[in-house]
Amino acid sequence: MSEPSNAPASHGTLARSRRMMLLDTSMKVLYPSILVLAMYFLLAGHNRPGGGFVGGLVVGGALALRYVSGGAQAVRSTFRLPPHLFLGLGLLMSASTAFVPVVLGGSILEHGDTTFHLPIFDKVKVTSALPFDIGVDLIVIGLILMAFAAFGEDVPDAPGAADDGSDAPSPALKIRSKP
Amino acid sequence: MSVLLAFAAAFLFATGTWMLLQRRLSRILIGVGLVGHGSNILLLMSGGDGGVSPIIDTADPSEFADPLPQALVLTSIVITFGVTAFLLALGFRSWRITHDDVVEDDVEDRFIARRHETDQAIAEEELAERDQAVEEGRR
Amino acid sequence: MNALIPLPIIVPLLGASLCVIAARARWIQRIVSLSALTCNMIVAITLFVRVDDRDMVVMQAGGWPVPLGITLAVDRLSAVMLVVSSLMLLAVMVYAIGQKAEESRYAAFNPVYLVLAAGVSASFITGDLFNLFVAFEMMLVASYVLLTLGGRPDQVRAGMSYVVISLIASTFFVTALAVIYAATGTVNMAQLAERMPELPPGVATGFSLLLILVFGIKAGLFPLFFWLPDSYPTASGAITAVFAGLLTKVGVYAIIRTQTLMFPPDARQGTLLLVLAGLTMIVGVLGALAQDDLRRMLSFHIVSHIGYMIFGLALFTLAGVAGAVFYVVHHIIVKTALFLVAGLVERRSGSDRLSRVGGLVRSAPVIAVLFALPALSIAGLPPFSGFVGKFALVSAGIDSQDWLIVGVSLLVSLLTVYVMVRIWSNVFWGEPEDPAIVAWIASEESRVPRLMTASASVVVALSVALMVFAGPLYNYAERTAADLLAPQRYIESVLGSDAP
Repeated sequence: MSEPSNAPASHGTLARSRRMMLLDTSMKVLYPSILVLAMYFLLAGHNRPGGGFVGGLVVGGALALRYVSGGAQAVRSTFRLPPHLFLGLGLLMSASTAFVPVVLGGSILEHGDTTFHLPIFDKVKVTSALPFDIGVDLIVIGLILMAFAAFGEDVPDAPGAADDGSDAPSPALKIRSKP
Repeated sequence: MSVLLAFAAAFLFATGTWMLLQRRLSRILIGVGLVGHGSNILLLMSGGDGGVSPIIDTADPSEFADPLPQALVLTSIVITFGVTAFLLALGFRSWRITHDDVVEDDVEDRFIARRHETDQAIAEEELAERDQAVEEGRR
Repeated sequence: MNALIPLPIIVPLLGASLCVIAARARWIQRIVSLSALTCNMIVAITLFVRVDDRDMVVMQAGGWPVPLGITLAVDRLSAVMLVVSSLMLLAVMVYAIGQKAEESRYAAFNPVYLVLAAGVSASFITGDLFNLFVAFEMMLVASYVLLTLGGRPDQVRAGMSYVVISLIASTFFVTALAVIYAATGTVNMAQLAERMPELPPGVATGFSLLLILVFGIKAGLFPLFFWLPDSYPTASGAITAVFAGLLTKVGVYAIIRTQTLMFPPDARQGTLLLVLAGLTMIVGVLGALAQDDLRRMLSFHIVSHIGYMIFGLALFTLAGVAGAVFYVVHHIIVKTALFLVAGLVERRSGSDRLSRVGGLVRSAPVIAVLFALPALSIAGLPPFSGFVGKFALVSAGIDSQDWLIVGVSLLVSLLTVYVMVRIWSNVFWGEPEDPAIVAWIASEESRVPRLMTASASVVVALSVALMVFAGPLYNYAERTAADLLAPQRYIESVLGSDAP
């Protein structure tokens, strides 16, 4: 995580004059608390409201706040990993969790749960659906990161003459490989 | 409550359809969203009368609202949301290309329509030429 | 054995995830997608053999009892659709790699293509109406991306109308689901089949019409087809081929499945479907006649042939439904072949305008042969599979004494021959007049990559093989039709024989 205000004023960073101090400061409190809330939703979501999707959306909300306060650069610097890795790993995790029970002779998406007794937390119920939820969470985060990467940059207010549709693809779409 | 929801769904369908029939892309997008919400409300209503939120261990299961439509409507909202986002991205792209948000005609369609017209024009011209030749022959 | 059922959905999804992770290494993506699709094909063939040999297979997702969980079921119809679709998906993937267009340019192609494959398989496998909606959306969202991948102005324009139309169809689908659930309290197709006869006939008829509207848009049925020839041709050759071969047929599959399984005979829309089928045939073929763009012509032609499938179904007789099933299988393979060859033509001559290209029979005799075989088949000339399919449908129509539709289908057959002849004489005979085209054909660049020709030849060979195996396939189609018209077995297999 980088401090948005110290980031070099490169492409996609909001100019210092356009930033709101109130928002920047409150972000320091808000951002971690939102992430904790997201974590709660992710872990609570089996028999109670929550789940991977909701958790992912809440993380997405936190990212949106970062975007408002620091511009596309702030979102991009949130995680070290490229967005498509989140998406891929999440899908891999969900799809394989869904399929594991079939290998074990059950049917797809089947899951079980078990209850532990841990020192501080006392009763902890763990379900095998948790990896599935984490996968969904990662998919949502990956998608939101990609959306910010693709559409987060400031667009010229009026479509300029140079913008003839042959513009360079945005970073998220710029995943090229050597032929 | 149910009547209110039914009216809400009907209203969303009506306004959404109106918007869909416009020529501006932005309005079509809004229309798609409205109609989608209308159908989602309809789906939510299909579970019958409401009840307690169906969360295990919070109430007697017999008092629960039907959870299935809720699950279905969540899925459907996610899908509508995703596709609408894609449509917005596409609209953005279209705006960057054309600097306008009017839905264009199909070029090929116009081409074929025009081809018919030119064919007719050519045929008429030939007919006129032949008539002229016949006239001249008579003279 | 049951463990195989979810594989056609899971394997492509796993492949898609690996492809996303390996976004920067195209060769890994290729290996992953080819092996995922090959695996899919093997699973599909195994299921096909097993289902035809013994009985349909059923799995309840999550291990939940029937009305709660999502049912996955493979019966004869699903099995044959799975086999054909997995074959086509694999062949088109190879073609796309050979084409070096979208596939090598965009990292998104491989994962999205696999999601499309998963969506198509899921549509065939699911036994749950809401899950069918989800599968449709999976397939459609993937198709939106594939259609607009290049981001060219014409693609964006066509993609826009395609997405809006599909979204409206999806909204109708959700609406249909809402009213059906409100009336019956279930979205499981087998359970719906049990409860539908208890409803007042008018209500059941309404549901039937609503579902025909939804799937009719996806299938390109008569008044709802206009989006199809507009959007399909704007994608690249491989993508158009898979759209043309599979997507509309998934809609047809859904119509066949819901009409035969869910609705009691008095709520089926035989007459309406017959009228729609006739109009679809005529309008489609007339539209094809007017076109100048090869792929657009073939796209209109898809519409026309959707009419034949619906015609067979609408008779609701054993021969009619068997003919429809046979025709669907035939059409998927032959149409994919035609579109793949159309891609070759475009590559070889640099254009797909009938008025500009010409003389390919001399400059590219292989392509000419590859085009001629499926073209003869789709025109319904004996001894090709198209003839068998049309013959089955026409004789079923004669049995049911629906003379009008028989007449229409024969007329449309003739017009189809005319369309194919028009393509042939414009593209393969004559001489190209345009100097740009002549220069292109003479240049090195116009050489078609071997991989493209090879995969197109495989699909063409399959379409010829259909002619050889038309007998066994028709027998299979008849068994399928018998299953479809007596849905009691499907219902019992899904709900368990002790169900009320």
